[in-house]
Amino acid sequence: MKLINYTLLYLSIALFFIIGIWAGVFYLNMLDEIYDSIDDGLKNSKMLIIQKAKTDSSVLSKDKFDESNYAIRKIDKAYALAARDSYSDTMMYMAYEEDLEPVRLLTSTFVLKDDAYYEVKVISSMVEEDDLIEDLLYAILWLYIILVISVLLVNNIILKRAWKPFYQLISQLQKFRLGKNEQFIIQQTKVAEFKLLNETVERLLKQNLETYTSQKQFIENAAHELQTPLAISINKLELLAEKIEAEEEQLQTVGSVIQTLERLTRLNKSLLLLSKIENRQFISEEKVNLNSIVNRLVEDFTELALFKKVTLHVKEEADCLVTINKDLAEILVTNVLKNAIVHNIPGGDVAVTISTHYFTVENTGSARKLDTEKLFNRFYKESVEKTATGLGLSIVKAIVDLYNGKIAYAFSGKHQLTIRFE
Amino acid sequence: MKILVVEDEPGLLEAITQSLEKESFLVEKAVDYTSALDKIVGYDYDCILLDITLPDGSGLDILKALKKENKQGSIIIISAKNSLDDKLHGLDLGADDYLVKPFHLAELNARIRSVLRRKSFDGQQVLQLNNVKIDFTARTVYVNDEQLVLNRKEFDMLTYFLVNKNRLINKTSLAEHVWGDQIDEADNFEFIYSQIKNLRKKLKDHQAEVEIQAVYGIGYKLIAL
Repeated sequence: MKLINYTLLYLSIALFFIIGIWAGVFYLNMLDEIYDSIDDGLKNSKMLIIQKAKTDSSVLSKDKFDESNYAIRKIDKAYALAARDSYSDTMMYMAYEEDLEPVRLLTSTFVLKDDAYYEVKVISSMVEEDDLIEDLLYAILWLYIILVISVLLVNNIILKRAWKPFYQLISQLQKFRLGKNEQFIIQQTKVAEFKLLNETVERLLKQNLETYTSQKQFIENAAHELQTPLAISINKLELLAEKIEAEEEQLQTVGSVIQTLERLTRLNKSLLLLSKIENRQFISEEKVNLNSIVNRLVEDFTELALFKKVTLHVKEEADCLVTINKDLAEILVTNVLKNAIVHNIPGGDVAVTISTHYFTVENTGSARKLDTEKLFNRFYKESVEKTATGLGLSIVKAIVDLYNGKIAYAFSGKHQLTIRFE
Repeated sequence: MKILVVEDEPGLLEAITQSLEKESFLVEKAVDYTSALDKIVGYDYDCILLDITLPDGSGLDILKALKKENKQGSIIIISAKNSLDDKLHGLDLGADDYLVKPFHLAELNARIRSVLRRKSFDGQQVLQLNNVKIDFTARTVYVNDEQLVLNRKEFDMLTYFLVNKNRLINKTSLAEHVWGDQIDEADNFEFIYSQIKNLRKKLKDHQAEVEIQAVYGIGYKLIAL
């Protein structure tokens, strides 16, 4: 739920109760005032009637309301003395409305000079309570709706404007990826809290970026610094091997040490390559035809495929032109192809399909699906292959990511890797 | 043939020197920028191996000085940096080749032979051992003046063996030289074995007076018969 709607929800609930209670109190007060005013009117009418009765005895004989608003009947003394002025609500037929309507009735007694006691009933048409409630309800409903709408508008206009720096920060953070050298531009704001938030986020990001960069730099530097000692070790061992050529056993030991060092070299080179890709050090780009790269590399892999008893097929549906660094394109195709050949079974096959925006490498191999979660992780090895660095597919992923491509793995008896560039 | 090795790492300098001396090159050494500059100004070399990162300066400045002095020798940069920019920059400045550390001595040897061959004044792009002759211009091999038909990879292998004759060739080094270093870690390069077998058979069929021997645990070695 959006912040604006969230506040609106609570405001509307609060308003509902506030206005509801207010409406009740208002209604009661108003009703009280109305009764008061009607009763005053009735009292006044009664006095006028009594005064008239003193001079005009015909009034006393009027025992039905009919066209006027009063009725008088004679009562005995005891009854009259016990009676008090009383107001009551009652219903009475009204010709105008053709229905029973509520009226206010004042019942009172009076005495004339001849010691005759009379009861006078005066009525006054009363406010129709249900109509009043209905009107009031509608008025309040409208008030409520208008209030909610105004809150909504105010929220949308003013709050949106006030929260603008916040939303800008969020959208910036959403787009932000550690490692992609995007500038983080923070909007200026006058609101102190947002200012603080911006500064905090900026500081946090800066620290993270620095740590990240220094870590990346460290990997690269470490890999670099290892190159020369590796070179010395390998070259000295090569010279040693030539010296002890006649001694087969020792030669074998030297050979295996050289091989281990070569593995270390490959690992080192792969790490260096990975960090270079991630540091975006491959700047030059050109339109590269992946078809020609695939064809050339398939040719290069012929001997390896033959040795592994794997058949290579290339199906070109269209030319796949990608704007990419040429070296990286070659590394990409090499790693994918090599992977498909090396992790294969004797008598198996590798089928490469090239289309306009993608290429797919499908190969036989282990009978079960690879762990898609870990497949592109560094140092993840499905097989127990000793010589594999476990970095091949991480490099592929890094290259694909660098050029905003997509890589997908599927398994349907065969392993299928699709690399897509738009 | 005189070669100058400019390298600040004593261990590497020693290994390179030893290897080059085995190839009967005359080797001079320089361990820093200043001494390297002294040497190139004073003497002429057929080939200079140049490390880019030196304690007191950049190898690229030496390269510039060489070009300024209009020296004729070939230059191979040896660098720990495998960056395309450095490579292109170095080659732009007039280097003939660029080798990334760590490298195999056999590879270094092949590179040196290759740049020397390209610079040779007689234009003779030919290498001969006994009755085996390689014509680099036409990329053809003759045994007793009869052409030996080889595919591209067999040709590359044979050349690599011939320029490194009597030297132990590591199979990784051979694979990287012929198939490029992207083919690494492919089952310990066992696939090379069948390739060597084919090459051996062809050489034998033509009565070539060279032989490729397997050296257990390391790789191979070509000897003149």
